[in-house]
Amino acid sequence: MNSELLNEFTFFVLAVFVGIEVISKVPTMLHTPLMSGTNAIHGIILVGALVIAAGANSPVTIALGLLAVVLATTNVVGGFVVTDRMLEMFKGRQTTRTQEPVKPT
Amino acid sequence: MTLFYALAYLLAAVLFILGLKQLSSPKTARNGNFTAAAGMVIALGVTVPQLHFTSAGAIIILLGVVIGAAIGTIGARQVKMTQIPQMVALFNGAGGGAAALVAVAELIKFGAHPPLAEALPSVFSIVIGSVSFAGSLVAFAKLQELMTGTPITYPGQQLVNGLIAAAIIGFVIAVLAIASIPFSFLSLMVLALILGVAFVLPIGGADMPVVISLLNAFTGLAVAASGFTLNNFALIVAGTLVGASGSLLTKLMSDAMGRSLGNVLFGAFGKVQTAAGAVAGKEGRAVRTASVEDLATLLAYSQRVIIVPGYGLAVAQAQHAVRELADLLEKRGVEVNYAIHPVAGRMPGHMNVLLAEANVPYEQLKEMDEINDEFKNADVVLVVGANDVVNPAARNTPGSPIYGMPILNADQAKNIVFMKRSMRPGFAGIDNDLLYDPKTIMLFGDAKDSLTKLVNAVKAA
Repeated sequence: MNSELLNEFTFFVLAVFVGIEVISKVPTMLHTPLMSGTNAIHGIILVGALVIAAGANSPVTIALGLLAVVLATTNVVGGFVVTDRMLEMFKGRQTTRTQEPVKPT
Repeated sequence: MTLFYALAYLLAAVLFILGLKQLSSPKTARNGNFTAAAGMVIALGVTVPQLHFTSAGAIIILLGVVIGAAIGTIGARQVKMTQIPQMVALFNGAGGGAAALVAVAELIKFGAHPPLAEALPSVFSIVIGSVSFAGSLVAFAKLQELMTGTPITYPGQQLVNGLIAAAIIGFVIAVLAIASIPFSFLSLMVLALILGVAFVLPIGGADMPVVISLLNAFTGLAVAASGFTLNNFALIVAGTLVGASGSLLTKLMSDAMGRSLGNVLFGAFGKVQTAAGAVAGKEGRAVRTASVEDLATLLAYSQRVIIVPGYGLAVAQAQHAVRELADLLEKRGVEVNYAIHPVAGRMPGHMNVLLAEANVPYEQLKEMDEINDEFKNADVVLVVGANDVVNPAARNTPGSPIYGMPILNADQAKNIVFMKRSMRPGFAGIDNDLLYDPKTIMLFGDAKDSLTKLVNAVKAA
């Protein structure tokens, strides 16, 4: 096992623990936005999609690259936008008590 | 310069973690999403200058980003909040598909004999990513009712699925040990796509959220595997975080339904429950009904009211009506809370989103463990469009398919009001003894309609 692979594996194992630790603190109330938000985060595969698309030089790699970029971008953009739409609606008592028309925009 | 890039990817990974951490409170959650998005912008921003573009490459990237951003934005803006689970499934499938395609392209680049350290994660990514892609599309189709939500089963199904899985393992070995030829990756991908479909078909519509969460974890792991192939730490950390979170959520959901993950995935639950439902169904038992005016009086002169909302509330688009009723009762000095079962709605936390959309302050939404001891002090429990989550059979009837599922203690309240369209059983298809309880009053009809009438009657009371 070379040292780079070992480093990567170390990162992986530590990330498992960080992930479980952080996620277990999220209340059920926010589990739907959480699922949608983590969904957006795995859209980071767009980095990989960009790498393969940039170097595309044959019909097969062009097709693969284009499709991968479309799918990954949909994942990232859609994921963050829909999560934001949900979280925007979570309001506490203070804001609802004053009713919408009063709120200056 | 490589050091700079590496540090930027590390920063992106840190921002993802901080973003998820901020999701632990509704006050900071929205910022958390921004934090994670900032991490994404950084990771993508430092990737672009490192790319070596072919002329075709530059064009397809531009084209791909424009198309993908348009689909993502339009989809995310247009989707109704009741349809969030299937939207999440679609975006998740897109990510899984992208991970599989990236891995295929990487393997093609390595040629006939890829080094094992690169080939192993790529092959993993192809299989898991494709299963996630195909499985998510089936989950979407089931939830969107493009196909039947009932489990699709046939004799020898487990055997067929087993054979597909065995064939996949065969191809994996062929790619890794013998030689990698483009034909073998494509076959591998096609087989994994078939497995994804075959794996989700026998699972019922009600269990789709568990499947989506599991496939979310799959996509995360496929992305982490791509990180190993591309030697990119940001992909490894981000993918692993999602893998861990998806696995944890999957477990929490199965626990909330009182079932094991294995039972959800391989139990073909729907088949079992219809059989049990037929046995449990006792036709012709008397139920108590009351007029809207009587119920309004009961509510208006209560001290503590707990509302138990279910997916039926969202289907009837009655969230605003229920909030109006709650506001009205609060003005009269009645203490109103909402009891949210972990699987209320179509996935955990879905009901909170739907009620937040109707401007219900989140402080009023109590989780099951928090409110279960308060039911015995409640004067009225108003059950709107929910059924299984208050069915005492989960506690008392060992043979019932929902036996062992944690439920809300609605049966301990002084009065129970059920708003239902009919006596039809809920999602799990089982009769609910609570409907026939002497303390229970039924109010039949459309939830929105009934609630609006109730609001007017409370105003007059």
